[in-house]
Amino acid sequence: MNDTIDVVINGERKQTTPGATLLELLAELELDPRTVVVEHNRRIVRRPALGDVTVTAGDAIELVHFVGGG
Amino acid sequence: MSTAVEMLRDTPLAIGGHTFQSRLMVGTGKYPDMETMARAIEASGAEVVTVAVRRVNLDRSKESSVLHFLDPKRFFLLANTAGCYTAADAVRYARLAREAGFNDFVKLEVIGDEETLLPDVQGLLEAAKILVQEGSKVLAYTNEDLVTALRLEDAGCAAVMPLASPIGSGLGLLNPFSVRTIKRRLHVPVIVDAGVGTASDACLTMEQGVDGILMNTAIAAAQDPVAMAQAMRLATIAGRAAFLAGRMPRREVAMPSSPTGGMLD
Repeated sequence: MNDTIDVVINGERKQTTPGATLLELLAELELDPRTVVVEHNRRIVRRPALGDVTVTAGDAIELVHFVGGG
Repeated sequence: MSTAVEMLRDTPLAIGGHTFQSRLMVGTGKYPDMETMARAIEASGAEVVTVAVRRVNLDRSKESSVLHFLDPKRFFLLANTAGCYTAADAVRYARLAREAGFNDFVKLEVIGDEETLLPDVQGLLEAAKILVQEGSKVLAYTNEDLVTALRLEDAGCAAVMPLASPIGSGLGLLNPFSVRTIKRRLHVPVIVDAGVGTASDACLTMEQGVDGILMNTAIAAAQDPVAMAQAMRLATIAGRAAFLAGRMPRREVAMPSSPTGGMLD
């Protein structure tokens, strides 16, 4: 049993704890779940469900927010 | 200060069930710094402010969310799908934006050409149909083609946004005739988006009778963005006022303003 698993967050390979939820992942990254939108393997995960979805090795996670634009 | 509406006895701009006092909408990109952006937006008097959807910077030392500088309770955040080249990408970005939870509006862009950033109208229509079906209020950035504008209205778009000239070009309103035609034929609001360079461009655009105007670079890339934002606020009001006033007919020959009678022998 490995201590960590590899996931891809915003195109970068990152390590996290097996069985971690998306909410825990955001906490690890010091991100406020109220300020980001999470896409997990191309599916949007709504804020109330972030604590219910666990990540597995190889998952692709996108964390987006609003930036300046026209 | 009285609002534009009080001054003009104008009706407020209504889009997708929301009403706005200001007919000027502004972007938040390309400012020298976020403080200047916030001050310029304040000076513009705009209520609708566009934002883009991008990855969070995982390096927390570079905080980049625009919401640190703009109060989402004061401004109506209009997310765009800038940078998307396919209908599928635009739909993906629009869904992410909607999930941010501020409103169900999206400024839909599907770009078809990298050099001109002109829209891919086929992809635009395709994405618009999907997003309208999902309940989004779609404001579609398009070219100044009447038929495309009509199709976008038929698809259920809440507003159609023909360009004045290419994004970031500052070339001003290149085709007033087409923009007027679109305004005349559509029932949904027509907001001219992109290409304005300076205040006279904004004024001339509003004089065509369109419902509003959206700009970013003209303010952000001015030497003094805050002063230009103020100029754009006034130009938008002036152009709208002139449209409502109804301009005099053009004549190819002069007509004296002073009486021709009563002259001395």
